[in-house]
Amino acid sequence: MSDTVLDISNLVVGLGKTGSGRKIIDNVSLQVRERETLCLVGESGSGKSVTSLTVMGLLPKGSLAASHGSIKLVGEELLTASDRRLRQLRATRMAMIFQEPMTALNPVVPVGRQIDEVLRAHTNLDARARQRKILNMMEQVRLPDVERIFKSYPHRLSGGQRQRIMIAMALVLEPKLLIADEPTTALDVTTQKQILTLIRDLQRDHGTAVLFITHDMGVVAEIADRVAVMRDGRLVETGPLDTILRTPQMEYTRNLLSSVPSLVPRAPRPETSEPVVLETNDLGKIYREHSFLGKAREVAAAQDVTLTLRRGRTLGIVGESGSGKSTVARCIVRLIDPTSGGVRLAGHEISTLSRRLLQPHRKRIQIVFQDPYRSLNPRITVGETIAEGPINYGVPRAEALKRAGELLELVDLPPDAISRYPHQFSGGQRQRIAIARALALDPDVLVADEAVSALDVSVQAQVLELLADIQKRLGIALLFITHDLRVAAQICDDVVVMQHGRVVEQGPAAEVLTNPQVAYTRALLDAAPGRRWDFANFRPVALGETVATATL
Amino acid sequence: MLGYLIRRILAAVPVMGVVALFVFLLLRLTPGDPAAIIAGDTATPEQIDRIRISLGLNEPLYLQFFTWIGRLLHGDLGVSLISNVPVLKLIGQRVEPTICIALSTIILSILIAVPLGVVAAWKHGTWIDRFVMGLSVIGFSVPVFVIGYVLVQIFAIDLQWLPVQGFRPIHRGIVPFIERITLPTLTLSFIYVALIARMTRAAMLDVLGEDYVRTARAKGITERSVLLRHALRNAAVPVITVIGTGFALLISGVVVTESVFNLPGIGRLTVDAVLARDYPVIQAMILLTSAIYVGVNLLIDLAYTLLDPRIRY
Repeated sequence: MSDTVLDISNLVVGLGKTGSGRKIIDNVSLQVRERETLCLVGESGSGKSVTSLTVMGLLPKGSLAASHGSIKLVGEELLTASDRRLRQLRATRMAMIFQEPMTALNPVVPVGRQIDEVLRAHTNLDARARQRKILNMMEQVRLPDVERIFKSYPHRLSGGQRQRIMIAMALVLEPKLLIADEPTTALDVTTQKQILTLIRDLQRDHGTAVLFITHDMGVVAEIADRVAVMRDGRLVETGPLDTILRTPQMEYTRNLLSSVPSLVPRAPRPETSEPVVLETNDLGKIYREHSFLGKAREVAAAQDVTLTLRRGRTLGIVGESGSGKSTVARCIVRLIDPTSGGVRLAGHEISTLSRRLLQPHRKRIQIVFQDPYRSLNPRITVGETIAEGPINYGVPRAEALKRAGELLELVDLPPDAISRYPHQFSGGQRQRIAIARALALDPDVLVADEAVSALDVSVQAQVLELLADIQKRLGIALLFITHDLRVAAQICDDVVVMQHGRVVEQGPAAEVLTNPQVAYTRALLDAAPGRRWDFANFRPVALGETVATATL
Repeated sequence: MLGYLIRRILAAVPVMGVVALFVFLLLRLTPGDPAAIIAGDTATPEQIDRIRISLGLNEPLYLQFFTWIGRLLHGDLGVSLISNVPVLKLIGQRVEPTICIALSTIILSILIAVPLGVVAAWKHGTWIDRFVMGLSVIGFSVPVFVIGYVLVQIFAIDLQWLPVQGFRPIHRGIVPFIERITLPTLTLSFIYVALIARMTRAAMLDVLGEDYVRTARAKGITERSVLLRHALRNAAVPVITVIGTGFALLISGVVVTESVFNLPGIGRLTVDAVLARDYPVIQAMILLTSAIYVGVNLLIDLAYTLLDPRIRY
């Protein structure tokens, strides 16, 4: 086809200098046409990023290489191209934007100069023409006050602004192909929506072919023309968006779609009169920065947060980054000390207790963190990690280890896990270990701080199910911190919506998430990608359905 | 920036004050009569009395301290007990060789070590990398005087390209000056090349794994620009730290080299003063080294703010 921009056929990428080792990409064929967005979807380790880096010629030298197949960019073979030729093609014919805008820009060079570098490397324009072109591009990516931002260093810009800079840098020479590797994953939903719209508009204006890599089915539903699903380095299936979402052919695709939590809240559970296990009263945390001979600066990370959690119930705190939700969680667990207000845990005021007096109350509340790769001590066995808490509270060692074994069974891990180390487990398994560790002290309240955010959707679904199951069995109260409204809709009885350190709306999940009263909550819901699709049932959300659930 | 500079300089005042107090007490807290210590074993009672009065030892301690500090601020560091020359003049005579060798060592080390470290990191895991790291192990482990004597044997005795020892001030001819500082500089440089190359390599390896280096490569700029403009500048902060502290240590660590090459520097002045219990000179040397440490640290911190816009105090 004449308008094919990228044509990958039978690509094989393997480990080692020549790619002859274990195959990471096995026989993948893809085409992206002009003005088309192909979404490459898959869970972590499926090989989507390696595919894109192979196209750009950016595979880590010596450890990964293409051993077979061909990659043609507008008819030109890339796999056999010289380093010099590849360098010429980058930014001019093909460009790439990355997942993490916070680290993708050089922190010690002003952003304008970083874009300028592209022009200096590939064009002969003089300084004034270059600057005009850059400012024009910065306006096209809808950055405000471009003259100022041109001279700014990356740390002065927000995540969304940095990603706009990355996009400006990628598109300034109007490449034929744009590879976007999870470009919105690290951004808040409202920013994500803006960036997705921006990419689509620029694509329309410039006729760019976009290879969009993502793990998020919601994003796929928003942006894709066609979808390619990958798993373990192989292509599972390819097809137009509608076909993939409505009538997926392969079992794996069906499972992937079914795992996407629905934005429609689950049926509410009846109100209970169980005792209140956790309440906060006008909780606040203000950070004060004192500087030598300078003025003191105050930042209110959380203010006037009042919430109540009963036994056996789940309360969600939702909000974007910087909204103060994690600060509240950490104040409640007393990992940090609140500066005002109170925290009552099972009837005891704990916000002002000293470290020593707090100690007996610690076991009543336990926390599970976001990143299971960093929250477990790599040099301590799983059994020791779980037993450590109870041993600190005077439980004999043998008994604590026996209990650790039971807890591992509760979280569906094999009994031999007890003597193994964290690195021998996958992300989902590690999060189960973290949950078992938290449960070892028989807490009344379990705080989950973005506990499923780092997990793939299928694993996420399993962990959410596990938490629900544990709650049913043990009657534990869950405080669930999340930025993901889909997750909140599926697990929470009540939700608290936070913005800029304050609670803007709270109430039963079924009401807040279907009939929000505050503009900010509405904006959050509106920005949730793929909100018009009911992925698990392979159909669009029926009109009026959300309202119907609310009146149940 | 200027405000920061002023605040940093002001912050150095209490540090130097504490050092001065320590130096002052050093003599007063030494067991026995300071005047007797200063006068030495062969002094007559009259001599000791004279010293006691000249040091003001009969007055209360805090008054003594303020008198001493007052003199210090006027540049009066006392008189050497051995040579009867004012300490300031003594140091002035001896400071040039040391400063020259320290500076040339640091400059030479940076010129050699930074490129070595960058290339080793870039060619990480190859024979080049292993070669550079091997060199640096040797640089670390061979004692300075061994390197010195080996260099003297080769370049001064066998090849007769350079003089064996001695120093010629720069104003008495640039060629003899360079001839005489070449071997001491080479000798001292070994360990600093090893240290700085190692640090550069480690910092570069960290930075080369960063996302923005991948971004730079994705822009299609040359590998040279990726390494120098994007990677090295970000790797500079830890390297500068090592260079700075290395320089500060150099000032007090040149004794062996000065002895090997018979240079009249402050390293040997200090050793001689310690052996002869020449207290005024010892005191002055402690103050001088501390001042250099404080000054170098200030420069390092300023370099940070210039290199990394995120660092603001």
